[in-house]
Amino acid sequence: MKIRIAAALAAGVLALSACSSSNPLGSASAQPSGSTSAAGGGTLVVGSQQYYSNEIIAELYAQALEAKGFTIDRQYQIGQREVYLPELQAGTIDVFPEYAGNLLQYLDKDSTAKTGEEVIAALPAALGDTLRPLTAAAATDQDSYNVTNEFATTNGLTSIADLAKLNRTVKVCANSELEKRPYGPPGLKSTYGLDVEVIPVEDSGGPLTVKALKDGKCDTADIYSADPSIVANDLTTLTDPQSLILPQNVVPIVSTKVDDAAAAVIDKVSAALSTEELVALNALSVDKQQSSAQIAKDWLTAKGLLS
Amino acid sequence: MNYFSEAIAWILDPANASGPSGVWARCWEHLWYTLLAVVLACVIAIPLGYLVGHTRRGRGLVVVSSGAARALPTLGVVTLVGLVLGIGLVAPMVALVLLAVPSVLAGAYAGIEAIDRRTVDAARAMGMSEWEVLTRVEIPLGLPLLLGGVRSATLQVIATATLAAYVGAGGLGRFLFLGLKTQDYPQMLASALLVVAIALLMEGVFEISERAAARRLHTA
Repeated sequence: MKIRIAAALAAGVLALSACSSSNPLGSASAQPSGSTSAAGGGTLVVGSQQYYSNEIIAELYAQALEAKGFTIDRQYQIGQREVYLPELQAGTIDVFPEYAGNLLQYLDKDSTAKTGEEVIAALPAALGDTLRPLTAAAATDQDSYNVTNEFATTNGLTSIADLAKLNRTVKVCANSELEKRPYGPPGLKSTYGLDVEVIPVEDSGGPLTVKALKDGKCDTADIYSADPSIVANDLTTLTDPQSLILPQNVVPIVSTKVDDAAAAVIDKVSAALSTEELVALNALSVDKQQSSAQIAKDWLTAKGLLS
Repeated sequence: MNYFSEAIAWILDPANASGPSGVWARCWEHLWYTLLAVVLACVIAIPLGYLVGHTRRGRGLVVVSSGAARALPTLGVVTLVGLVLGIGLVAPMVALVLLAVPSVLAGAYAGIEAIDRRTVDAARAMGMSEWEVLTRVEIPLGLPLLLGGVRSATLQVIATATLAAYVGAGGLGRFLFLGLKTQDYPQMLASALLVVAIALLMEGVFEISERAAARRLHTA
């Protein structure tokens, strides 16, 4: 019995060490880079964040590329930026949908870029030689401060600055990390002169956050701007006249393996992707529980990007 | 071991200690949530457990339903109740009480069931009323097992009370979530260590009270 346990343990340890030494994304790096010379050849690895909306966008790129004869290896739901960005830089992922502002802030903490154009302009230098951004989509998906329509009307709120009219500490329902974000309490204080208390609700602007806002547990809630629940729940997104929240245009980040032909295909997807379109795509996932593959196929077909 | 020493340093950092969101305040909140949940669970489960244990009826029903309650994923309960009742302490408290009830219930009825039938029959033969049988014989003799049930319920609640922070309440979960979302792993580990410390503290309290209960049984 003891021997069998020991053997099982040894096998387990071996299996574990095998795991740690093999890179699950390694298959792509084994191929010589730059092998994709023209449409119709080569395998491109498309990745996505662990965020349903990001996966939908990745799937748009993937299916559009496949329609033009590229072979696609899908590596979706790869955690957060800390995890996937090193993989991109190492060349194991070739195409990744990113959000311009957060990506720039991650790459260059001292960046002074504020507007959407400034952020896009600063990206190529921040990304270095191995990666480049393609043309950004008009669609944005960023943190936004939302109030109920009723609360907005009663208190005459249209912008974040108007929250000062409340003349008290503003309660914000958001994930706890808002406390540490530049657009959180410190930024709201220095930019808009607001005293803010974060009420942590850890579902990333999901139904619990919306419920808390509607119950009046907080004055405003941090919800991603492409979240269909903003429209569905009659919320008003407060404008940000001082550009405190960096614009998060959806921008494809690609490796050197992505040639002009492939880039042209992705650019066509980006050109068709507005914020309204993105919200509609997200709604299909949230409300209708459709798969990202189905959503992407229907949308690309409607836009004529699969032919 | 690097995270470990950073976590210890985080706990000992005076900047993190005081204030309404400091270590002490959060520990106190955590302990308070735990006590509230366990007391509420006791109020529900002990009378029910005694009823089942004394009458020897409905045991199957209680076992099945408390087993089902144990299997409920607590985060799911917190979210569901939160969606109905809103954020705050109520939703996690419902979930924590649901978590604690099965252990206390089992301790209560098992404590009485484990008593030798002849002891109970002897008490009845002496002319004790049913109430006297329960309060003078069954409850004192069942006390060690009941305490064991409350003890395991308390431990489970201490560990799970971190979920209170998921819906805007306090407790040590605040550090855990903040650390998770901001990649501040020393802070995460620090809050986990504090939860462990509270668990050990309560274990000590129960150990002492269980020994005291056992001693009273011997001398009684």
